[in-house]
Amino acid sequence: MLTIRNLNVSYGDSQVLWDVHLDVSPGQVVCLLGRNGVGKTTLLKSIMGLLTPRSGSITFHGQELTVLSPDERARRGIGYVPQGRDIFPDLTVHENLRVGLVARGVSNGTIPEEIFQRFPVLQTMLSRKGGLLSGGQQQQLAIARALVTQPTLLLLDEPTEGIQPSIILDIEESIQRLKQEGHMAILLVEQYLDFARRLADHIYVMEQGTIVLEGKMPELEEDAVKRYLAV
Amino acid sequence: MKHSLAWKNALIPGSILAVLLLIGLPLLNALGVVSDYYLNLFGKYLALAILALGMDLIWGYAGILSLGQAIFFGCGAYAMGMYLMLQSSGQGVYGERIPDFMVWNRVTTLPLFWKPFQYFPLAVLLALAIPAVAACIFGVLTFRRRVSGTYFAILTQAMAFATWLMCNRNEMNLGGTNGLTDFKSLFGVSLNTPSTLRVLYLVTALCLVGSFIACKWLVGSKMGLVLTAMRDQEQRLRFLGYPIAQYKIFIFALAAALAGLSGALYAPQVGIITPSQIGVLPSLEVVVWVATGGRGTLIGALLGAVGINAARSLLTAYYPEWWPIILGGLFVGVVILFPDGLVGIPNQLRQRLRRTRAPLFERSVPGSVPSPATASAEGAQFNVPPFPATASAEGRQLNGGPSPSGRGL
Amino acid sequence: MAKQGSIVYLEDITVSFDGFQVLRGVDFYVDHGELRALIGPNGAGKTTLLDVICGKVRPATGRVIFGDNTDLTSLEEHEITMLGIGRKFQTPSVFKHLTLVENLTLALHQPRGIWSTLFGAVGTAQIDKIAPTLATLGLLEKAHHKAGSLAHGEMQWLEIGMVIVQEPALFLLDEPVAGMTKDERERTGQLLQHLAQNHAVLVVEHDMEFVRQTAHRVTVLHEGSILCEGSVDMVQRDPRVVEVYLGRGHKVDAHDSQS
Repeated sequence: MLTIRNLNVSYGDSQVLWDVHLDVSPGQVVCLLGRNGVGKTTLLKSIMGLLTPRSGSITFHGQELTVLSPDERARRGIGYVPQGRDIFPDLTVHENLRVGLVARGVSNGTIPEEIFQRFPVLQTMLSRKGGLLSGGQQQQLAIARALVTQPTLLLLDEPTEGIQPSIILDIEESIQRLKQEGHMAILLVEQYLDFARRLADHIYVMEQGTIVLEGKMPELEEDAVKRYLAV
Repeated sequence: MKHSLAWKNALIPGSILAVLLLIGLPLLNALGVVSDYYLNLFGKYLALAILALGMDLIWGYAGILSLGQAIFFGCGAYAMGMYLMLQSSGQGVYGERIPDFMVWNRVTTLPLFWKPFQYFPLAVLLALAIPAVAACIFGVLTFRRRVSGTYFAILTQAMAFATWLMCNRNEMNLGGTNGLTDFKSLFGVSLNTPSTLRVLYLVTALCLVGSFIACKWLVGSKMGLVLTAMRDQEQRLRFLGYPIAQYKIFIFALAAALAGLSGALYAPQVGIITPSQIGVLPSLEVVVWVATGGRGTLIGALLGAVGINAARSLLTAYYPEWWPIILGGLFVGVVILFPDGLVGIPNQLRQRLRRTRAPLFERSVPGSVPSPATASAEGAQFNVPPFPATASAEGRQLNGGPSPSGRGL
Repeated sequence: MAKQGSIVYLEDITVSFDGFQVLRGVDFYVDHGELRALIGPNGAGKTTLLDVICGKVRPATGRVIFGDNTDLTSLEEHEITMLGIGRKFQTPSVFKHLTLVENLTLALHQPRGIWSTLFGAVGTAQIDKIAPTLATLGLLEKAHHKAGSLAHGEMQWLEIGMVIVQEPALFLLDEPVAGMTKDERERTGQLLQHLAQNHAVLVVEHDMEFVRQTAHRVTVLHEGSILCEGSVDMVQRDPRVVEVYLGRGHKVDAHDSQS
């Protein structure tokens, strides 16, 4: 579904991603691991179109993405939950979620009940302004909003950051269910190895802007992975 | 260490400026290449450039948008104007000097608040002190109440309007709508001779170079860091223990003093000061000068002030009705096309040519790769002892490293 | 009256936002030399509690006593900070347009007045304090990079570094290990334990592994009140805590959740 080949991305003069290859198939959960600053967020941003690559290709359902703007990519079914609780602080919880509906083109539709089952606290706060929610609640809202758009590829950048353990388990369940349904693919950046290990079908480990290790979870040697995550 | 760096960053461009303005231009004038008329015109531009410097300090560096700087400019201009008027006035009923317009308004004795302006040193002092004190009072009333951003800007604009209204009234004894005019002499020397105007130019240029060096030093020192941080994330700075209101009041008063100086130098060169120069529109113009030149660079403020005023002199000679449109168009152009101002254009072109998306934050040391060895060695313990020999090398490296913080912001 | 030996004592603190009670009559204290973890569901009021201590939020009722006798509720934020309270925020808030060295320079423990800022010496002594901190955080190579170019997790570290060089008596850290790998968390944990020896550290965190590794005591906040307080073990086994916060699938044994 998503194919990345020979991707090179720079920030001004300094190159951040070197020759990255990556594949994501429908219904797969792919996890990106690596220390801080190796380029995981940069890779997600490049897929979303927030950064223009120097060279290389990103194809989605066979179509080249690098010529499309971020909103065009979103309309083709890529959902993105960036790191850091990025919601609209002046809109209410309900309005934030409805933005997801508008993005999907069904602004008159209703928000799926499932969203509220996963994130019950949001239902109790529908009319509160996003900016007044606690940090963790905002993170839940950010994920919920992306799910409302029903993407076929979901990019999650540290989705569990700041979320209480019981909700993390709920999110894990949701992702398992989505995996089983088989339509959505998920590209996940995550520091919680537990969470990643239980969910991921395939793992890519990054170091200094390039992929250094990849494989299916059980096959990957524990030590090899740990070496790249060690300080 | 940092001290000397700040001085170096101030004195080098300051010296270049000094050579150009204090030696170069007067030389051209002496040789007849630049006429006296243009020298005088340039003198006015330089006076206004001081006003722009102050504006850049508060807006480009500290992030405080004031739409009322012309008030402080007016304080200085009127202060000097009052002194000059008294120099040129005829005798009043009680034998003291009294300006003509007061005579016409049947005011027979010099009002009390005019009296200090009979003396030059006091006039100069008040030209700087009145705006500074007024700014302090305004700052205490606003910054201590956390009024900032748009609300603060609107308040300053309201103050500008109020000041303009007040100065227009004859009861204020400031010359009403006509303002203070007809300055004849300074220290017994006529104001209209080329030699006097030349001296005024030199004094203005000297003040400008001095102000520029002082401002450059300021922004290169730790104060510059604090101001940039305040503009960036005021809350974070507050929670680092900095008394934000005090800093804002300080820089606002400094900018006001600079504006007063600017007015005091401007009035004698122009020969007149009226309320139309201290209201809302002139205040907005200062913003346009700084924005067009490039805020947060100081040199941009100078370029903007001189450039736009020169353009105005040129264009209003031929197309006076078009000037407001051109001025407005410039501002729109800055917002849409070149947000970093004129000073930032070379950089913008460079990035366009490279066709890379401009990063918001340039890394100053490109592509440096951490080596696992050093990382673990240094990171292992926390009671990291004062570094041995290797550390002093690093210390020096950290010291001497370039710190390009003032990049067109 | 301050509880003996406590560095900060909150008495009957109530905070409301928009008619919604975020903290309800909370009594809370932290001792000198203690590393306390504050956990609880999203929206329980943890960040608000930190906000009350450092002066960002004024309580509707109650007092905050610092040290022996200082009532913080009447002081301004910068005064509270200068008394010796350092705060790290949930979302990294560093000065993005300044370099790492400049960020830390601003945070150094020194006078904050205008005169000191204008004429204060900046020299090798300062670099000697900044370099070790950067090294500890693994950010030495990026010392002259603009803070805005750092990765999310690196910004967290920078902010922690900024609090450290402030040399406060009480550290208030809101989610200090969010976005870090397991190794990085361990290192941060060790760093905090080291700091707690001579200071007091109050940490808001969700990573139970981290809490287990570092905290002396744990306070659980739920819907604006303290639900439970005690050792990590005790709190983890409390059924109420499992119900509202940990979730039934949560593994209590350290070995099970080893990663």
